[in-house]
Amino acid sequence: MDVDLNIARFDPESDEKKPYRQEFNIEVDETSTILDGLIKIREEVDGTLGLRCSCRSAICGSCAMRVNGQAVLACNTKIADLVSDKNKSIDVEPIGNMKLIKDLIVEFDIHWQKIKAIDPWVKTDVPPPAAEYIASNESMVELAGVMGCIQCGACVSDCTVLAVDETFLGPAALAKAYRFIADPRDDANDQRLKDLNEPSGIWDCTRCMQCVEVCPKGVDPMGRIMKLRDFAMEAGYQNTTGARHAEVFFDIIKNNGVLNEFWLPVKTFGMFNIPEMLKLAPIGLKAIMRGKMPPIFYEKIPGSKNITKLFEKTKVL
Amino acid sequence: MFDFDVIVMGAGLAGMRAALAASQNGSKVAVITKVYPVRSHSNAAQGGINAALTDRGDSWEDHAFDTIKGSDYLADQDAVEVMAKEAGSEVINMEHMGAAFNRDDQGKLGVRAFGGQREARTFFVADFTGQALLHVLHEQVLSSGVQVFEEWFVTTLIMEEEKCVGLVAMDMRTGELHVMRSKAVIIASGGVGRVFEPSTNALICTGDGIALAYRAGAGIMDMEMVQYHPTTLKNNGALMSEAARGEGAYLLNSEGERFMERYAPNMMELASRDVVSRSEQTEINEGRGIDGCVLLDARHLGEKLINERLSQIRQLGIDFAGKDMATDPVPIRPGMHYIMGGIKTDIDGQTSVPGLYAAGETACVSVHGGNRLGANSLLDTLVFGRRSGEHASEWVKTQASASIDDTHADRCVDGIKNLLDRKTGEMFGQIRLDLGQSMNKHLAVYRDQKGMEQAKSDLAELKRRYSSVIVQDKNKIFNTNLIFTLELGFMLDCAETTIIGALERKESRGAHTRTDMPDRDDENWLKHIVVSQNEGKPKVDYVPVNITKWQPQERKY
Repeated sequence: MDVDLNIARFDPESDEKKPYRQEFNIEVDETSTILDGLIKIREEVDGTLGLRCSCRSAICGSCAMRVNGQAVLACNTKIADLVSDKNKSIDVEPIGNMKLIKDLIVEFDIHWQKIKAIDPWVKTDVPPPAAEYIASNESMVELAGVMGCIQCGACVSDCTVLAVDETFLGPAALAKAYRFIADPRDDANDQRLKDLNEPSGIWDCTRCMQCVEVCPKGVDPMGRIMKLRDFAMEAGYQNTTGARHAEVFFDIIKNNGVLNEFWLPVKTFGMFNIPEMLKLAPIGLKAIMRGKMPPIFYEKIPGSKNITKLFEKTKVL
Repeated sequence: MFDFDVIVMGAGLAGMRAALAASQNGSKVAVITKVYPVRSHSNAAQGGINAALTDRGDSWEDHAFDTIKGSDYLADQDAVEVMAKEAGSEVINMEHMGAAFNRDDQGKLGVRAFGGQREARTFFVADFTGQALLHVLHEQVLSSGVQVFEEWFVTTLIMEEEKCVGLVAMDMRTGELHVMRSKAVIIASGGVGRVFEPSTNALICTGDGIALAYRAGAGIMDMEMVQYHPTTLKNNGALMSEAARGEGAYLLNSEGERFMERYAPNMMELASRDVVSRSEQTEINEGRGIDGCVLLDARHLGEKLINERLSQIRQLGIDFAGKDMATDPVPIRPGMHYIMGGIKTDIDGQTSVPGLYAAGETACVSVHGGNRLGANSLLDTLVFGRRSGEHASEWVKTQASASIDDTHADRCVDGIKNLLDRKTGEMFGQIRLDLGQSMNKHLAVYRDQKGMEQAKSDLAELKRRYSSVIVQDKNKIFNTNLIFTLELGFMLDCAETTIIGALERKESRGAHTRTDMPDRDDENWLKHIVVSQNEGKPKVDYVPVNITKWQPQERKY
C-alpha cells in the first residue's frame, strides 16, 4: 500500500530558517511502522531527513515524535492503523515543549536538566548490607513499573502545563522522583518531598491526563504525581496552596455535597492573605459583571448529610 | 582541545561501569557517546544477569563450567573464572545502587532459569533487565564527576609512538571536530549487529569501536563467532527474550511437536543458544517450519505470569507479529544477535595497543568463546567494564600527557570534506543493505566454504562501491547522513574480520557451524583467531586457549 507522510522539516542552516512541510509518497507494507517509513525516506529518497532512532523495539526512547498531533514512538506506531481508503496522509512532527534543532530532532537538554534537578540517585544514610536489601516482590514490581520509563519525552511533549510554564518539572522528572520516594532503599524522602513541594513541583500538575494518555510504557506519570501529593501531605507538607486546595475542596464537598467556588479560592489562600485576595478581586469583579459570581453563602444540597456520612463511613480523613 | 586522564567511548553498561570505576579511583574521566546514555543498546537485554550467589548454595565453579561448556571450550578459562567469581558482588552492587530486581518469597533476589545452565542463577527485572540496569548506572554517573559528551561521534583514535593518546570526535550538534587528549581510552561501544540484516540489534550497533581499534593496529579476535538468537520475530528481527523459555515456554514445529526433544533431550528448550538455533534451522530446512519460522508457545504459562514477567515481549509480539503470546503461539526464527568476538583484551581490558582498553560486547576477553550463554553478557559488561576502568586509572598515573594538539583533527576534517565534496555516486543505504543480506546469507547458523567465499567477494565489491559513496546532506548541524556513511565504513571493516576468521576456522565450533566440516577439531583448532592490520593488509595470528581445569569434552545438552 502507499501512504503520504507529511513531514515537518526545518533546516537550521538555511537562510530563511523557517519550518516547512514536505510530503513523501512511499510504498509500505501492512506491518510497517512510521519509523520504517521514515528510514525508507532517509535511505532511499532524501538523506538529509533528520530524526533520532535506534532500537526499533520501543525500549531506547529515541524516536518520540508527534504523529497526527499526538506524541508516540514512531517505532511502535503502525502505518496501517492510521490510514483508510479515504485518507492516506499522516502528519509527522517533532515532539513539543522542546526547542527544535533540525527536522524531527529537538533539544532534550531541558528534559535532562529537570531529571538532574530531582537528584536522581538512591541516597542512603547508612552503608548498605553485605548482601542484597530485603524487600517484598510487590514493592519491587511497583518500582519496576515506574522504572520502565524510557525517557522518550512523549509526556513532556504533550504536557499542557509545560506548554505555558517551562519551569514546571514535568511528568517525566516527577515520575522519576516518585521512583526514589517509593524505593524502600532510599533514605532522603523528607528532603525530596520538601523540594517537590516547592513551586514548579507536584502541585503544578493540572491533572489533564495527557501524560497518561501518550506514555508508551504505561508509566502513568500523573498517577505518580498524585501519589507524591499524598506522600507530601502525609509527611506534613500541608502548607502549600495545592495541599490547602485539596483539603478545602474535600471539606466543602464533605459538608455541603456540592462545591462552592467562592469559598474554594478564598479558603485556599486564606481570607486574610491580602495580596492574594487583591489578586482575586479583579476576577470576582468580572464574575459579578457577567452574572457569574458564585453564591457567598453555603447552600447545602438536599441530603448532604448522607454525603457527610458516606465520607465518614469510608474513613477518608 | 579537551584533556582527560581516561576517555570512555560508549555509555552502555560497560562504558558507564568503566567510567565510574576510573572516576572513583581518582581519574578525570570523560564519556563520549553518539546517543544519550539511556539510549544505549544495553537497554535491549531482556532476560537477566547471571551470578552464582554462594549464600543460596550455588558455586562459581558451576557457573564457570556452564559458561565454558556453552562456549564450546573456546573461552579462556582464567577469564571465565574471574567473571564467575566477581559476578555476585557486581549484581549486589547494582541492587544497592537501586536496581529493582524481582524478589523471592523471603524478599531476597529471585532467580529464573536460563539456557545452557544447570542451576537457575539469572537475576532479573521483569523482562527489561538491561534497561533497568542501564538507567540505574546512568543515575550513578549523574551523581559522579564524570563528564559526558552526549551525541558526540568518534571518528578516529590518536596514536603517538604506538600508544593510544586520545581521539577525535564530532559534536553532532555543531558538526565540529574536537581533539580529545587522554592517557587511556576505553572502548565500550558495543557490537556489530547492523553488519547483518536482519538483526536484533539497534541501528546504532555499527561496530565503531572494533573498527577504530582495528585501524589503530589492535588485534581483533574470534570475529567468526556470531550468535544467532533462537527467538526473534520474523518481520523486523525484534528479540523475544530467552526469559520466555526460562519461564517454561515451548518451541513447536509445524507438526506441533516439541522438537528440541530430538536435539537436546535433557535441557530441551533451554540448551545453549547455538544448539537451539541450529535445531530450529534444521526443522525449517527439513520442511517442518511455518513460513520460515517455528513457534514459541507460552500459552500454558498463564496471563498473570506473562504480565508480571514477560510484559515487554508480550507487547512486542502484539506490535510486530500481531500475536499475543498469552493466547497464541508466536512465530520466531534464529536471528543475528551478538558477536562473541571483538577487540582482544586481557582480564583487565588491555588490548594489544598500550593505552587502549576495551570492555563489553566490543571486547573479546574471551569469556564467551564460540557461544555466549544468555544473561552472561550483562555480567561481562559490568565485571570487565569495572576492571578496565580500575586498571586504566592506575595505568594513567604512570603516564605523561602526550604532546598532541588540535592539528590532529585536521586530517579528519579533510577526510570528511572530501566525502562531502563528492558529487556523484550512491548513498550508503543500499550498500548497507547488500552487506547485511550477504552476511546473513553466508555467515548465519550454517556456513560452508562456498558461501563464505561468496561473502568475501561480495565484501570486496561493496568496499569498491563504498569508495565512491556520496553524502546528500552537506550541512553541519546533526548531519546523520554523514554519520551513517562513516558508520558504514566501520561496518565494512568489521565484516572483513568476521569473514577472514570464518574462512580461517576449518572446523565446527560453537556458533561457527560448517556443513562441509561438521566436527569440532580440538587437535588443530582449540585456539583463537586474531586478525589485525599490518601495513593496511589483514594479518592472521593464532592464540592458544587458556585452559585451567576443565578439559574439553563432547558437548551434549
